[in-house]
Amino acid sequence: MSKLVIEPSPHIKSGVTTQKIMLSVIIALLPALFASVWIFGLRALIMVVICCTSCVIFEWACRKIMKRSNTISDLSAVVTGMLLAFNLPVTLPFYMAIIGCFVAIVIVKQFFGGIGQNFANPAITGRIVLMLSFTSYMTTWAEPFYYRNAGEIVTTSTPLVSETPVSLSDLFLGTTGGCIGETCALALLIGGIFLVAIRVISPVTPLCFIGTVFVLSIFSTGSLEGALMSVLSGGLLLGAIFMATDYATTPITTKGRIIFGIGCGLVTMLIRSFGSMPEGVSYSILLMNILSPLIDRFTVPKAFGAVSEQKGGKK
Amino acid sequence: MSNWKEFTKGLIKENPNMVMLLGMCPTLAITTMAANGVGMGLSTTFVLVCSNIVISLLKKVIPDTVRLPAYIVIVAGFVTFVSLMLQAFAPDIYSSLGMYLSLITVNCIILGRAEMFASKNKVIPSIMDGLGMGLGFTLTLVLVGSVREIFGSGQWFGITIMPDFMEPMTLFILPAGGFFVLGVVIAVVNRLMKKKPREIGCHNCPNAEGCPGACDKANSNGGEQ
Repeated sequence: MSKLVIEPSPHIKSGVTTQKIMLSVIIALLPALFASVWIFGLRALIMVVICCTSCVIFEWACRKIMKRSNTISDLSAVVTGMLLAFNLPVTLPFYMAIIGCFVAIVIVKQFFGGIGQNFANPAITGRIVLMLSFTSYMTTWAEPFYYRNAGEIVTTSTPLVSETPVSLSDLFLGTTGGCIGETCALALLIGGIFLVAIRVISPVTPLCFIGTVFVLSIFSTGSLEGALMSVLSGGLLLGAIFMATDYATTPITTKGRIIFGIGCGLVTMLIRSFGSMPEGVSYSILLMNILSPLIDRFTVPKAFGAVSEQKGGKK
Repeated sequence: MSNWKEFTKGLIKENPNMVMLLGMCPTLAITTMAANGVGMGLSTTFVLVCSNIVISLLKKVIPDTVRLPAYIVIVAGFVTFVSLMLQAFAPDIYSSLGMYLSLITVNCIILGRAEMFASKNKVIPSIMDGLGMGLGFTLTLVLVGSVREIFGSGQWFGITIMPDFMEPMTLFILPAGGFFVLGVVIAVVNRLMKKKPREIGCHNCPNAEGCPGACDKANSNGGEQ
């Protein structure tokens, strides 16, 4: 008699794999990559390539040393590398970017057990470590199209702290100072809509995040235009679309995602308005990452067909 | 146990910092520079040896019910002595250690050794124990301090050693860097001592019921980045 094997559900498998999800995220990041090369020149592309390569190498070496199965083929390291590079200013020395990749992959991801086990977003943490370590390098932004002026780097300030007002169209097209991938709102939105359309990310978190920032900025700036500028400037769109939707480090229920998004927006606005730093998106996402397990615990959905205990007791 | 063993156990095997995880407050707070680690470590060693001697001598006199206040008074006396001496002869170290010098009084390594060792043993073993524990503490402080100073400010005992093209990483001098370096040092020591990490295994797993036993497979699915 053959042994009857009982396996837990689910029994129907969908064709979605980590690799496919990561590939679609990479595709969604491509418009922003093209925009950044257009705005900041070839060095932006080199930075992205260096970050991706070093992330993959660190991941491979780390899994090898820890004697674990190798996971570089799931492309998650490439996504981390791209996101980290997008969060760096184009003028940053390359070795600093590699240190950031080391922090992201080895310390944040592999020390905690690899993909799906990390408690915080690797790219965000890598950026924050670089920000705390090399503050002056991380807050030097190149003027857009600086590469056309015979290679001389002119620095400018990010729209968040700049004194001369930046036009909305400049912000939308990304021709302002900032990190490599965060400036071009149009490209980021295209990527975000693509990810929502193929159902890789749910639109709940980004909408709540951006919506909270928008509503709060109406109050803080007193005008619709000011609120729009506050949404389009800084790393808000990049963070909300690509980092606050990370599967491993954000809540899994819709209710939880709403809390997560609003929390991110709130912390971002608090840091932007009252903090000593100009930008708070990365810190807000990191803080809410840490809260995610708690949010998940308080938003456990009711199982389908389940009756709450009190009602069941009365019958 | 021979006196020599009492001395060596504190260095690595029962190192108060890296193995017993006592005295974390000064370890994290003052290790931004290796020199601070030496100053703090040696002051603590001195206080530890002296208090061990006195407590070991007085172990029959001190009533059991008030032993902790009695220990603290003895320790505080020596701490006052050390801080006045440092203020007079090494004002640099005195100012860089700041209030952490007086906080040696409530350092749990000293109280721990008094409670666990000196109050139960004779004078000579207590001296050796105090010396070993103190030097073990100093060793950790200098180790953590060196790592943080080299990476955080590019110097070692005040001598610049980092090449010009590298920027020191400020993170290492910040408190977060202290926690991080200490964690890594403890992990490395545990690894070198071949301590096995706690196995979680299937019998402790909350999802063991109805799990086909393919945890690896489950882990590799899902999770962006």
